[in-house]
Amino acid sequence: MTRRAVARTLMYLSLIAVSVVVLLPLGVVFLTSLKSDKEMANESGALTLPDDPLNFHNYVTAFQDGRMLSAFGNTAFILVFAIGGTVLIGSMTAYAIDRFTFRFRKLVVALFLLAALVPGVTTQVATFQIVNSFGMFNTLWAPIALYMGTDIVSIYIFLQFVRSIPASLDEAARIDGANAFTIYRKIIFPLLKPAIATVVIVKGITVYNDFYIPFLYMPSQDLGVISTSLFRFKGPFGAHWETISAGAILVILPTLIVFLCLQRYIYNGFTRGATR
Amino acid sequence: MTDTTHQAAVRAAAGPPSAVPVPAPAPRRTRVWRGLTPWLFLIAPLALLVTFTYAPIANMVAYSFTDWDGVSPELHYTGAHNYAELLTRPELFEVFWVSGYYLAASAVQIAAALYFATILSFNVRFRNFFKGLLFFPYLINGVAIAFVFLYFFQDGGTLDSVLSLLGLHSDHAWLGTPVSANVSLAGVSVWRYTGLNFVLFLGAIQSIPGDLYEAAELDGANRWQQFRHIIAPGIRPVLALTVILSISGSLSAFEIPYIMTGGATGTETFVIQTVKLAFQFNKTGLASAAAVVLLLIILAVTWLQRRLVPDSVDKGVDLV
Repeated sequence: MTRRAVARTLMYLSLIAVSVVVLLPLGVVFLTSLKSDKEMANESGALTLPDDPLNFHNYVTAFQDGRMLSAFGNTAFILVFAIGGTVLIGSMTAYAIDRFTFRFRKLVVALFLLAALVPGVTTQVATFQIVNSFGMFNTLWAPIALYMGTDIVSIYIFLQFVRSIPASLDEAARIDGANAFTIYRKIIFPLLKPAIATVVIVKGITVYNDFYIPFLYMPSQDLGVISTSLFRFKGPFGAHWETISAGAILVILPTLIVFLCLQRYIYNGFTRGATR
Repeated sequence: MTDTTHQAAVRAAAGPPSAVPVPAPAPRRTRVWRGLTPWLFLIAPLALLVTFTYAPIANMVAYSFTDWDGVSPELHYTGAHNYAELLTRPELFEVFWVSGYYLAASAVQIAAALYFATILSFNVRFRNFFKGLLFFPYLINGVAIAFVFLYFFQDGGTLDSVLSLLGLHSDHAWLGTPVSANVSLAGVSVWRYTGLNFVLFLGAIQSIPGDLYEAAELDGANRWQQFRHIIAPGIRPVLALTVILSISGSLSAFEIPYIMTGGATGTETFVIQTVKLAFQFNKTGLASAAAVVLLLIILAVTWLQRRLVPDSVDKGVDLV
């Protein structure tokens, strides 16, 4: 073999190795989710195949006893409002900052820039008191307000797009008698569609996965979202790994479907979000 | 009609000096209205920004100088007492050492991400499959990841089964001792976050013009030389950014250790400790001081990066 062929083989070997590392933990949990509690008890090991590969009993248990249905409902509710709010707020901010010159514009920009550097986890001690004083503690509005109000990344994404829309379009509309609000609504907003798609996907996945905020602000059982409901599996299902596994797979599945359908947007969105 | 031409003239005059004669100023009402317009767009975003980012920071700094417990109406000013306590009680500051595990993990993670981004930027079979596979863990819900790996490290779980398949029988409780538990948890964080770094690197590498490689190949450069002289300089800004994200991420690690071990067996991170101080032990004052310290460290690290790698500063400011 030539040196090049050896290098190629090693490269493919490393890719296969990393595939195993990524897939093995997930695959085993999937296998476990299909096993009965008897199979789990007889210590046959984690890598054995389930006796009945169509045994969805654990999924039913996870869905009903684990309150996954209400969790998906609560998450959907939060997603709709948080994403809607983020899109509106981000696009309005970007429009105002890019298309107008006004006093304190630099200050406003600096405020948003600086806020992007503050990691959310550090300030929750004090944010909690503020959310509490609004009476939002233990309501679905607490995470909605926080997701909407602290998303600097989407403002950046919108800013990039607003800048790429030629100002001559605004001018033309203004000459036709449109005011600033009409221009925003009829010209800027519709042209922001790619940015909106990016923000919806990135924000959607972030909100869907977030654990800290719902955990902190919505301790009530009825207000469980995907993350917190799954977290609560730890108590009642303690040693029932087959049920916990089914719950975990139930949570991962929607992400997998979204990822497979929207791959390109997801790569772009997260790259843009991180490099802002 | 007169109004619109008038407006157009005003705008022309506002631009670079031109031949258009200076028009009479717009009527007062129009001017006030126009000055107000951007603020009407900004009022909601700014209100949210101040309420949920700046007010908490201000409050947090204020609480950090008091002995407040988070509920009682009474609080006393205690000066820098909380800060002194943080720095002098070793068990409170010790948790920073746990971040060391996550920092080391970040180094592994960046190296792995860089390696896979480089090889997948060349022509490889099933490229998109591998790309998706590497990135997907980053998208998975943190609680689900924690459970997947609790089972992975379980007695008789995935890891033990794989090892026994290879003929190694271990009774090692992976999450049982501080060192082993922290290494395991840091390993989970590598599993979870490598994908993001990888995609960032891949994006940066692919934005390097292809003819550079062709030219290098004509000159007889091998893969390593191509990496060293074309890829490495091309991804420097992204690399710097990744390092910063990793450092602040390591310092504020929370989700995985909190869900998996709850901070037991020496896996308590700074954020877990802060959350416990604030919400379990009602030591809002002390917790605020801890949060202020963490915030200052992270801001300092970010500032340092912006000083050391000026490219990314330009990029950040350039956007606005």
